[in-house]
Amino acid sequence: MTAPPAAPLLAVRDLTKYFPIKRGLLGRTAGAVKAVDGVSFELSPGETLGVVGESGCGKTTMGRAILRLIEPTSGEVRFEGTDIRALDAEGMRRLRRQMQIVFQDPFSSLNPRMTIGAIVREGLTIHRLAEGAAADARVRQLLDEVGLRPEYASRFPHEFSGGQRQRVGIARALSVEPRFIVCDEPVSALDVSVQAQVINLLQDLQRDRKLTYLFIAHDLSVVEHIADRVAVMYLGKIVELAAAADLYREPLMPYTQALLSAVPVPDPTLRKQRIVLTGDVPSPANPPPGCVFHPRCHHPAKDAACTRIIPPLELKGLSHWAACIKQPPTTVGWDAQQSAGATKQPERYLPVMQAVKG
Amino acid sequence: MTPLLTVSDLRTYFYTGAGIARSVDGVSFSVEPRETLGVVGESGCGKSVTALSILRLIQRPGRIEPGGRIEFEGKDLLQLPEPEIRRVRGNRIAMIFQEPMTALNPVFTVGEQIAEVVRVHAGASRKAAWERAVEMLTLMGIPAPAERARQYPHQLSGGMRQRVMIAMALVMNPALVIADEPTTALDVTIQAQILELLGDLQQRLGTSILLITHDLGVIAETAQRVIVMYAGEVVEQATVGELFAHPHHPYTEGLMQAMPRVGQERERLAVIPGTVPPPTAWPTGCRFRDRCPYAWERCEREHPPLYQIAGGDGRSHVSRCHLADEPERRAQAHAPLAARSNPAS
Repeated sequence: MTAPPAAPLLAVRDLTKYFPIKRGLLGRTAGAVKAVDGVSFELSPGETLGVVGESGCGKTTMGRAILRLIEPTSGEVRFEGTDIRALDAEGMRRLRRQMQIVFQDPFSSLNPRMTIGAIVREGLTIHRLAEGAAADARVRQLLDEVGLRPEYASRFPHEFSGGQRQRVGIARALSVEPRFIVCDEPVSALDVSVQAQVINLLQDLQRDRKLTYLFIAHDLSVVEHIADRVAVMYLGKIVELAAAADLYREPLMPYTQALLSAVPVPDPTLRKQRIVLTGDVPSPANPPPGCVFHPRCHHPAKDAACTRIIPPLELKGLSHWAACIKQPPTTVGWDAQQSAGATKQPERYLPVMQAVKG
Repeated sequence: MTPLLTVSDLRTYFYTGAGIARSVDGVSFSVEPRETLGVVGESGCGKSVTALSILRLIQRPGRIEPGGRIEFEGKDLLQLPEPEIRRVRGNRIAMIFQEPMTALNPVFTVGEQIAEVVRVHAGASRKAAWERAVEMLTLMGIPAPAERARQYPHQLSGGMRQRVMIAMALVMNPALVIADEPTTALDVTIQAQILELLGDLQQRLGTSILLITHDLGVIAETAQRVIVMYAGEVVEQATVGELFAHPHHPYTEGLMQAMPRVGQERERLAVIPGTVPPPTAWPTGCRFRDRCPYAWERCEREHPPLYQIAGGDGRSHVSRCHLADEPERRAQAHAPLAARSNPAS
């Protein structure tokens, strides 16, 4: 499929974003919410990397930290080899032309006092790409490209439906001709029929303009549909990363297994064996030691070592990465596991997740 | 079997500055004892207004039009005087809302809020009501229920809050629970917990559930029968098995095709072009015709009735589409009108 070739468009290394917790009158730092905690991955040109995970797992913060819309705490983000964290404001402004974002909520992400035309035109002006009649023509062309009538340019956001506003958000991102777009839950607020329209539009634009997407969503079926590779996040970490088809066919990390098994299947003749997780996601201010998923894990070989060893995101198969010391093969040897209190040998665990007739 | 709830020709209109919004426009259906009836449709199709109308929770400028009936346990709810409908609400019919954060009162502990229901409807003492509240939280599978009962809504997670909502809804052992998108605001793993809990409680308590959702997956896994709503009307009704196996109405068909599914790769999603029309201006004839790939001249002229379809499972299957009368038209699919006027679709 899409194994990353030599030159990635985007390379993220050990990215972290901690939000300090301030207490008391003096604003003493009492701890930190580890929203993104050591995330690494690469993105090839033209690829779509899907990022899934539940609320609070850090996927949105990660997307914004990559664009430096939120300043990362540490780590490295390279766009075509340039370390973007080393750039000054002017350098960053120039680079933002290449990196854009489409937000989740098409109601709050468009300025209600600006016309659609002015919203789309803003980027052209800021980056001095076009002005006057040329800019007007460009705006009309962009609206047309995202499926809006060019004469809508003089209207305001409130005159449009959710799906149409999301098209405006996409036109705005496209206006500066970026190569990379972070799509942060771009279809979550939309109805099914409109959602399909926007997904198709994003796919068409990607093909025509050779765009690279980081596609963040909580809807696993949408991500499977649009992504080449998928990263699963839990408590600020990537816990599994694989080609979409592999991940959905053979999820290795127990959290991914539970997540996939929880998706309702729109087919009443299928009965699925469901792994129902107990409890809630722990607080990222106070994540569990060792493997962050261990308190809710159902892997039969789970033991004391899981509460002490932080599992590395390691290769388990062809381009299939997962963070679990109990899912072989693992680089955390049995000796190391035993000295951390392990009593159970790692064993391959793949609960039958395929829905069965009956 | 006598239905528990029978809604006939319900019309709820809103008299707004922009005109009369016919949000619910002649809706009829029934809920059997112990069954889960699913209601699906997109935003603005009238699902939630139908639910609120059953409990007479419609406020001005909205109004339930005369002529309809909502029969429940031998009474027409639309004719009950206000004090009597209040005895039905939260007691015989309970409601679970989508957003537990806004549906719970932030200044009372969750235990107090559940206990209040018991005190109001059963006249229980404070102590007895409190004990009942803790018992309900236990039934919801909440760890340390006695401590949780003393907490405020903001101290609980979203899934936990939704359990509290369900506890409040079930505390009087109602005959019918109306659940309006009960899991939409939740993550999928929490959604799985809540749906499992609801199904479990239904088994044990024998409650009927009217489950409103936009998620066909949730419907497939929990409901026995489904009604599909579009533009203020019921456009299709069938058992779950029949609806998924043989969707008849082009809107139902479109919804199913537009939905990406796990484990089913597809190049391009089928779309329903255009959007739901505004409720102040439903199209004449068939309300779906502009978005329909089969629409022909009759659809513009004639508002389709609910046709009986020969169902595969011998139970009632109805569809508001002239294709039932002229099935050969299904072979003549074309680009819908909405696709032609909107280049994106």
